[in-house]
Amino acid sequence: MIVAAVLLLAAGCGRDEGGEKSPGITKTEIKLGGSYPFSGPASAYKSIADGAKAYFDLVNSKGGLNGRKIKFVTLDDAYEPPRAVQNARRLVEEEKVFALFNTLGTPNNLAIWDYTNQKKVPQAFVATGASDWGADPDKHPWTIGWQPDYVTEARTYADYLKENKPNAKVAVLYQNDGFGKNLLGGFEKAIGGSGIKVVAKEGYEVTDPTIASQISKLAASGADTFLNVTTPKFSAQAIAAIAKSDWKPLHILNNVGASKTLVLTPAGLDNAKGIISTTYFKDPDDPKWANDGAMREYKATLKRFSPRSNPNDPFHVYGWGAAQTMVTALKNMKEPTREAFMDAARHLDETPPILLPGIEVKTGDGDGYPIEAMQIQRFNGQRWELQGKVVSAEH
Amino acid sequence: MERLIQTLVDGVATGSLYGALALAVVLIFRTSGIVNFAQGEMAMFSTFVAWGLLEAGLPVGLAILATLGLSLLGGMVIERVLMRPFEGGDHLTLAIVTLGLFILVNSGAGWIWGFENRSFPSIFPDDTIGVGGVDVPLESVGIVVLLLAVVGVLYLFFQRTKLGLALRAVSVNPESSRLSGISVGRTLMVGWGIAALVGALAGALIAPRLFLDVNFMGGVLIYSFAAATLGGFDSPLGAIVGGWIIGVTEDLATTYVDFIGSDLKILVPLVIILVVLLVRPAGLFGTREVTRV
Amino acid sequence: MTGDRRLKLGGFAVVLVIALALPFLFGAYQVGQFTLVLCYAIAVLGLNLLVGYGGLISLGHGAFFALGAYTSAILIDKADVAPLATVPVAAAVCFAAGLLLGLPALRIRGLYLALVTLAVAIAVPQLIKRFDALTGGTQGLNVPRPTTPSWVPLADDQFLYFLTLAFAIVMFVLAANLVRGRIGRALAAMRESEAAAKATGVNLARLKTGAFAVSALYAGVGGSLYVFSIGFVAPESFTLTISFAFLAAVVVGGLGTIGGAIFGALFIEFVPVYASDVNEALAGVIYGAVLIAFMFALRDGVMGLLRQIAQALTTKEGRDERETAVRLAGGDRRRGAAPSGGMRA
Repeated sequence: MIVAAVLLLAAGCGRDEGGEKSPGITKTEIKLGGSYPFSGPASAYKSIADGAKAYFDLVNSKGGLNGRKIKFVTLDDAYEPPRAVQNARRLVEEEKVFALFNTLGTPNNLAIWDYTNQKKVPQAFVATGASDWGADPDKHPWTIGWQPDYVTEARTYADYLKENKPNAKVAVLYQNDGFGKNLLGGFEKAIGGSGIKVVAKEGYEVTDPTIASQISKLAASGADTFLNVTTPKFSAQAIAAIAKSDWKPLHILNNVGASKTLVLTPAGLDNAKGIISTTYFKDPDDPKWANDGAMREYKATLKRFSPRSNPNDPFHVYGWGAAQTMVTALKNMKEPTREAFMDAARHLDETPPILLPGIEVKTGDGDGYPIEAMQIQRFNGQRWELQGKVVSAEH
Repeated sequence: MERLIQTLVDGVATGSLYGALALAVVLIFRTSGIVNFAQGEMAMFSTFVAWGLLEAGLPVGLAILATLGLSLLGGMVIERVLMRPFEGGDHLTLAIVTLGLFILVNSGAGWIWGFENRSFPSIFPDDTIGVGGVDVPLESVGIVVLLLAVVGVLYLFFQRTKLGLALRAVSVNPESSRLSGISVGRTLMVGWGIAALVGALAGALIAPRLFLDVNFMGGVLIYSFAAATLGGFDSPLGAIVGGWIIGVTEDLATTYVDFIGSDLKILVPLVIILVVLLVRPAGLFGTREVTRV
Repeated sequence: MTGDRRLKLGGFAVVLVIALALPFLFGAYQVGQFTLVLCYAIAVLGLNLLVGYGGLISLGHGAFFALGAYTSAILIDKADVAPLATVPVAAAVCFAAGLLLGLPALRIRGLYLALVTLAVAIAVPQLIKRFDALTGGTQGLNVPRPTTPSWVPLADDQFLYFLTLAFAIVMFVLAANLVRGRIGRALAAMRESEAAAKATGVNLARLKTGAFAVSALYAGVGGSLYVFSIGFVAPESFTLTISFAFLAAVVVGGLGTIGGAIFGALFIEFVPVYASDVNEALAGVIYGAVLIAFMFALRDGVMGLLRQIAQALTTKEGRDERETAVRLAGGDRRRGAAPSGGMRA
């Protein structure tokens, strides 16, 4: 009893000191670390980091968290796993960050998750939709994702088809890596037992110059629905190729490839008319949110701290949203320690206003997936239009 | 049967793209006797310049023509500044320089224009004609015709003009050429300039289909090398034909051979390179190299 | 020349002392970086044997590095083999693979050979993906890093560093002996003129395949040690980038030198990181520009520069040589002559 009381007192004292218990957090500062592809072929994704930084800047401009300003140290890994590993070590051991936040890329996160879990450093809200981050809380409790994972996304498409085209014959183009196979696998599982059938599948490599021949084969398969599981460059190619052909399927485009700036505009907005995709946060391009408080705050902040960024780039919103969840978890942590942070991160129950109404960020014991809902959107030739209701696809 | 013909048509269409860049590769080889690993990136850079001109408001034809001219100059400058100090040097140094150029141009383009995807207009109409159940895009037909025309012009250039003759002489024997009064340096410059021009043209032909981004030539390059190897490194016609063969073979292989999925598709050009170099290094149309002992 | 030999040994001693002191002067992160430098140095040394001494261009060295890395990773992950025991296996596997690649090299020359090796380098990530049951495909394989045995008073990173250093020293000494002996001379002869070498009785076939095999072996050892350091392998780790980097390292360090491998490895490990720190977008520009600049100014790499400095400073002959060289340089600059043959360290 006395021992417990002493410990409690000690713990209490620790909190007032501002916590030297975990590195990276002092009375005036919380240091976070991120590894992103600022150079190399995946560098289009660096806008995510810009969006996150803007949100942290906003928080800092309002005085920070309990007087602590957030410092977000980012390093370039050029999307190479060995560099991600070295960055993680540098951030943890040299920069002594409190937590790693929003590391980008499935292989990069896989490369570091043994390290972070061994060192007991939070690897929070990673920027990839792989299912691994939610599926393994026992062996990797310090790692957690954020976005709806590819399986949730696949189920959203499956549900949409079950409602609107129950006997669809689906042709699939998929990137032959973890991302593509994850989504495809999730889709095939979700349509099991229904009238929907996958009648053709074509894979491609990121190093392929063109996917024209894959599209040609899929077009000849007799399918009436096309599931497009690609990254932006190939999404654009697919849309353009189909537009030129006679094949006019129902086109389902995965969330990663649904960017209007990166994909639809180059591919031709007219060609993209009627395409179905999913989303989970508010689209800056959608006039529906023009007067929405969260959207206005986002646009104003971006303009203030990152004036050269394009506010309509959805990757900025993604980073913004993830940063928001990060700040929430930091606010919720009961002590300024890494353990307390992970505890907070694993017991979230929020509805950040930048997400679509009805979509929440929720984690708990046994639920390691923060966001598990999406909403279908349809491109009307000019912008994405939300359809129907939020679809929840929990694991 | 229709499927087979469609596959052939698709293969030729894709193969034309490989052949277009292979043309530039071959031209450098004919000039300096080296394989320029930076060829694709130079072509990419030219295409971005064209895009910039388009954004500035120039009509398509004018923008491309201007880019061809600028690329001609650019190629000449690169030869004069970068390659001249190494002419006649060992292959490794040259390989490293072109490798360094590859990295430099790729990152430089990324820094100037960013890494996003862009569309690039085609100089050919967008329609597709159906020939007995098979779709033949007019663009592909146009590219084939244009490439053959370029090969024809190059043939006339090399065989019938003084400059072409000088280029051939310099690539075979620079010393004798110099002794005969040919300005080796200037000839080399022209050779690189023409190659860069052809590269820019290739970029303009390839970008509409592949979309313009900093890395769009990266995947094409190895296919173009394979095309050049197959056709013969000093044969422009070989480059085009090699491209077609590779495009068709790859398409046929992925369609009809189950073992070759999308991940092993790249083996097709690679195996072709290996087999050609082992069996007939000069390629289909190239001239055989004879080493005097 | 004993003067030259003393210089070399002196240089080696200095480097060794520095290498031994490093883990006590720096934190875990930098020690980890230096450990990687050693892994790369071993691989680069192998490539230098092939390219610098043998004159055979290979753009596919990364393939053997990957092969060594995956051999170790698979053995540790799937067969529970002790990490150290996997190194000789990786070496043997890569040796065999190198012999295989040496076969086409018998008939293919120069930049054509470069093309074939390029093809191999491109094929490797695809093959890794294809055989994903074994390799883990795009998910990759996580490999636990070796930890310090309890009786050794070193931190994990320091222990790993010294382990890697031990291997590196062995590999370097082996290489030095190789090039000083008959094989080194045969390689030099082959590089100058294959026809002449053949005429003097060199068995070109055995030499070439042997050169590929040994260089692959070195890459395999480097790759194997790399896995201990990074703890993760995936196809994305072994793209063309690493093959290009190794080649750049050979040239930057100094073609046909043993010590050059260290400087080359330092270059490819630290320049991308520092370039990114300066300007993330310009990292590649800096890297490419530095590479080209080396070709312009430091044709014989860092080792060549060091050698020049050392000679100029220590011997009268060196000083005279320098003056002559400066005079001659004016007339001969445009020829861009290849570095002269012979062995240097």
